[in-house]
Amino acid sequence: MAVTVKTFASASEAAGALSSDRSARYLGGGTLVMRALNEGDVAISTVVRASDQALTRIDASGPRITLGAGVTFARVLAERDLGFLHAPARSIGGPAVRNMGTVGGNLFAPSPYGDFTVALLALDATVAVAGGFGSRDIPIEEFLQARERQAGTLVLSVSCTRPANSEAFRYRKIARIKPKGGSVITLAAHLPISGGRIAGARIALGSMAPTQIRARAAERTLEGRSLDAATITAAASAVTEGTSPSDNALGSAWYRREIVGVHLRRLLSGQE
Amino acid sequence: MPTTPLQFRHNGRDVAIFVDGGTNLLVALRELIGDMTPKFGCGQGGCGACSVLVDGELHLSCLTLAETVAGRSIETLDGMKQGPNLHPLQRAFADNFAAQCGYCTPGMLMAAKALLDRNPAPTRDEVIEAISGNICRCTGYEPIINAILAAASGRVSA
Repeated sequence: MAVTVKTFASASEAAGALSSDRSARYLGGGTLVMRALNEGDVAISTVVRASDQALTRIDASGPRITLGAGVTFARVLAERDLGFLHAPARSIGGPAVRNMGTVGGNLFAPSPYGDFTVALLALDATVAVAGGFGSRDIPIEEFLQARERQAGTLVLSVSCTRPANSEAFRYRKIARIKPKGGSVITLAAHLPISGGRIAGARIALGSMAPTQIRARAAERTLEGRSLDAATITAAASAVTEGTSPSDNALGSAWYRREIVGVHLRRLLSGQE
Repeated sequence: MPTTPLQFRHNGRDVAIFVDGGTNLLVALRELIGDMTPKFGCGQGGCGACSVLVDGELHLSCLTLAETVAGRSIETLDGMKQGPNLHPLQRAFADNFAAQCGYCTPGMLMAAKALLDRNPAPTRDEVIEAISGNICRCTGYEPIINAILAAASGRVSA
């Protein structure tokens, strides 16, 4: 079925068009929306695009980084100052998907995709969105919890604070096919250390619930502790709390619950 | 039906077509321009059979909205040969039996060209990474990897 394509010069005009039409979808890199159109998704009758340069801007110079929603994973990988996001960017797709797929689109990617968003959730990112009522900043966790209702909002950018060092932020994606494949589970951990103790731990999981979620029980076991064997064991045994994984071709819900603790243990203890 | 005029460069030649709203680049290339080298595999971005270069960058044509390539340069396997001669990558694929059924071959060759155009001397791991988005169900990949490494090091028959 043919759809109407509307291209706007500014993101705010695109946001207006998106919020006023329930059957409109924003086209970023195409890896989600074109896929839906190729599969004959009749729920989409309008495709909205914006050629706004602001959507492809990267600000990676300071302690807080901002990525325009239209920044591709290939561009993240080409940016030396974004080294902490290279592992999640590299874990997505093959080179063609990384040349097309965008940071903003990844926020909407359903399981078993959306790996970059797992990293952003652990990093407590902020999502800037524009809707019919102007633009606002939403914590990524809140954005994901209401993701089903976000189709009418346009993501402008995501921003997060750079982790203190490479030990403080860790990422691990479990896939059956290497180097490319959908996620069995994806884990990211932000472990800021203050005076030898973990302060403000955030652990994010992909493919363990309908959207990316935080493992709050595991986070609590880490808080105020040093990252020793006993703490890691406690976190690994608490990590399934609050999860609701599904069965799919890559793994069963049971399998995901069985392995998530194993992989959290490896992530926290720095094992390959 | 909403129809949009579209102009872009196709293998070094300017082309002008009309596309219906929502048409993907793969359909535009195959059905409107008649370039049958990019293949339809999955339509989901999972197989790489439709891979083309957009301004030298590897893209999946089935996930590319046709009108987004207005004014840009598209390269497909159809434009790879150099006059009457095969491109060294094509020659290397033939030498190394890197094509069996041949369905993945156009996409593999474009992925390989995207790699060698920016990295003329890749390692084996870099070759594997470069074709990781392209599925081949015949060869087991080894002949393809060997062909790309052979082309990179100039080990191709005349």
